[in-house]
Amino acid sequence: MSRIHVTTTINGDETEYLCEAGETLLDVLRDHLDMTGSKEGCGTGDCGACSVVVDGRLVCSCLMLAAEAEGRAVDTIEGMAQGNQLHPLQQKFLEHAALQCGICTPGILVAAKNLLERNPNPSEEEVRYWLAGNLCRCTGYDKIIRAVMDTAADLRGAA
Amino acid sequence: MRFETPTSVDQAVALLAADPEARVLAGGTDLLVRLRAGQIAPSAIIDIKRIREMTVISQEDGGWRIGAAVPSAEMNEHAALKADWPGVVESADLIGSTQIQGRATLAGNLCNASPAADSVPAMMAARATARIAGPDGTRDVAVEGIPTGVGKTSLEKGELVTSIFLPAKPAHSGDAYLRFIPRTEMDIAVVGCGISLTLDDQGKISDARVALGAVAPTVILSQSCADTLIGTAGDDAALDALAAAASAEAKPIDDKRGTIAFRKDVVGVLAKRAAKIAITRAGGKTGGET
Repeated sequence: MSRIHVTTTINGDETEYLCEAGETLLDVLRDHLDMTGSKEGCGTGDCGACSVVVDGRLVCSCLMLAAEAEGRAVDTIEGMAQGNQLHPLQQKFLEHAALQCGICTPGILVAAKNLLERNPNPSEEEVRYWLAGNLCRCTGYDKIIRAVMDTAADLRGAA
Repeated sequence: MRFETPTSVDQAVALLAADPEARVLAGGTDLLVRLRAGQIAPSAIIDIKRIREMTVISQEDGGWRIGAAVPSAEMNEHAALKADWPGVVESADLIGSTQIQGRATLAGNLCNASPAADSVPAMMAARATARIAGPDGTRDVAVEGIPTGVGKTSLEKGELVTSIFLPAKPAHSGDAYLRFIPRTEMDIAVVGCGISLTLDDQGKISDARVALGAVAPTVILSQSCADTLIGTAGDDAALDALAAAASAEAKPIDDKRGTIAFRKDVVGVLAKRAAKIAITRAGGKTGGET
């Protein structure tokens, strides 16, 4: 069977790949493009560990076919830090110890960044609802929420 | 398996008609789960998101036409749509996480034909219709005419839903959808209830539609529930009668998410609360706390 040729933009770079019709975007990111920051937790859209942003919208890359990415703009966790310069959210997650095993962290960072771009001043409730689809079995969430709220406050102060 | 990206409704219909084993991909939040679990093995996936008309929300005859590929997040961001049909928009907003919201569609929720689909009772209450394209042209079908059983629809070979139409909202009308789940987010409805109603100049309910979710193999559009409201001012006696009618209409199953007795009780409670919200949204007054 012939594979599908896809041209897309990932973290600002034009990228080409070949995929099978049934392969997910997550499969291609991890297995073909060596971008293993996005994690497969459940593979059914329940855990959010594979979160990426496609054309500005937060989605689960496990629930999107790789072929669907043709002509789209995909942003992954790999595009978050600029070289050695961590994104403010990444820095705050370290300061607040908002992670333990780290499997959920890339998805949460991608989701939180998308939230702050849409809403620079979210309430704690808004943060909790926005991140409800990102499961963490280590932290109990409190430190994650505090790190996101703290980042938002800092970014507002800097603006 | 092939991956097809038609750019017109006609192309999509031709692909579907020529290949009975092909499946339509809108948001994919149900389809991909089934595909990955090996529950389905389609010959082709037909992605409808490259069909322009399926990706837009547009005003039509005072109502709203919502393309079959429009994700619920986009509905939630559409202030005018939300102002007209808050119950429908909120029902779609309850489906899954932010990530799921970025992909999941009304048409997909309808065609997945789950009795627990959150948006379906709200759409039924709103008198929504689905526009269906097929080899013989297009037809409009009331939403309640689409699901025929768990996972089954009335769509014929080669047919697909291209849009959902929410009619013009009459003056002094309001709608609401409520569901019960054991937590506040990210779960499947144990019971759901959608209500849409209209008040007359005296503040009495002149028209009502009540739909009950997750209490039968398909969502129940209940005339007996609507009749308890019509002609009343939505007073406590009417709301009690509504709750009793909803409990009587419900034919739920026992499963891990809820028992028959629990579901029959809760559907009455939700109907009362949803009716109060709908009355308030219609500009009316309701009694005390439920």
